Amino acid sequence: MGAIELIGMMSVLAAGLCMGLGALGPAIGEGMAAAAALRSIAQQPDESGTITRTLFVSMAMIESTGIYSLVIAIILIFANPFWDYAVKHAAG
Amino acid sequence: MKFSPDQFVIIDWGWGQLNATILFTWFEMLLLVAGSRLITRRLSNDVTISRWQNLLEILVGGIARQIEEITGQKPEPFLPFIATLFIFILLSNLLSVVPFYQPPTASLSTTSALALCVFMAVPFYGLSTRSLGSYLRQYLEPTVFMLPFNILGELSRTLALAVRLYGNVLSGTIIGFVLLLIVPFFLPVAMDALGLLTGTIQAYIFALLAMVYIASVLKIEEIEPSSSRNTEMNAKKISQQTRQTQ
Repeated sequence: MGAIELIGMMSVLAAGLCMGLGALGPAIGEGMAAAAALRSIAQQPDESGTITRTLFVSMAMIESTGIYSLVIAIILIFANPFWDYAVKHAAG
Repeated sequence: MKFSPDQFVIIDWGWGQLNATILFTWFEMLLLVAGSRLITRRLSNDVTISRWQNLLEILVGGIARQIEEITGQKPEPFLPFIATLFIFILLSNLLSVVPFYQPPTASLSTTSALALCVFMAVPFYGLSTRSLGSYLRQYLEPTVFMLPFNILGELSRTLALAVRLYGNVLSGTIIGFVLLLIVPFFLPVAMDALGLLTGTIQAYIFALLAMVYIASVLKIEEIEPSSSRNTEMNAKKISQQTRQTQ
């Protein structure tokens, strides 16, 4: 197997793994945050504005790791530097 | 595959190129400035006001109230900066339902520029309320050993701000492309409708985080002790939380 095939195969595999595992953690975290927020809104409906705002901030924080893996997966598939390097060198 | 508006080059001069990001940013700036000019030219304080004036009043009043709730201070100093960020991002995300429009926020250059603005605004607003010494001493809290982590946190949250907006808007565009190949006609429309929701939430989150970052360096001054007490504690809590998560 040549270098190009190996790099292409591994990039796709890595992108899939990156997105899958990267979605797992934030999904669990956001679920826990939302559950806690819902519980506290049910207990204190008057504070729902403050709770919702804090929930948005924490969701954004939790979500950023998922977004990082999305960006890495996009780079691996569409703008892979190793792939470009291998293609350039194979061409001569 | 072209997925970033940076890659749609319209004019290439050799020393620089006009791509879709710049073009649509200019378009938006024109829309916002001309629109506000047209609306504010005929302001009235009658009983009946025009609907456009009503729209602007709701928007500006709503943002001012949110800022006051978060910081517990008078919103005037922060209103121009935060509201500009919010309205610009909101418009750029909402216009993505228009055919042939590429949201400039789907480009990392735009979002980095916005995040850098926030990065610069934090010391600007911080120094407007406290002295240089007391501002710099914040980096030494709680102990001197936290100095590198505080600096790192400052940088990484700027990066996170840029990448979050970029990733969210870009992922909407890419999902639209992919679904167009699999289930054309119906699902892309539904995803576009979802994009309106996430676009609005992202604009809100960006402005909110910018405000929280600025509020975390402000010296707390109370305006109305009775009503602002809670929100002040809350703003402090939020900023502490964000510092810890970074």
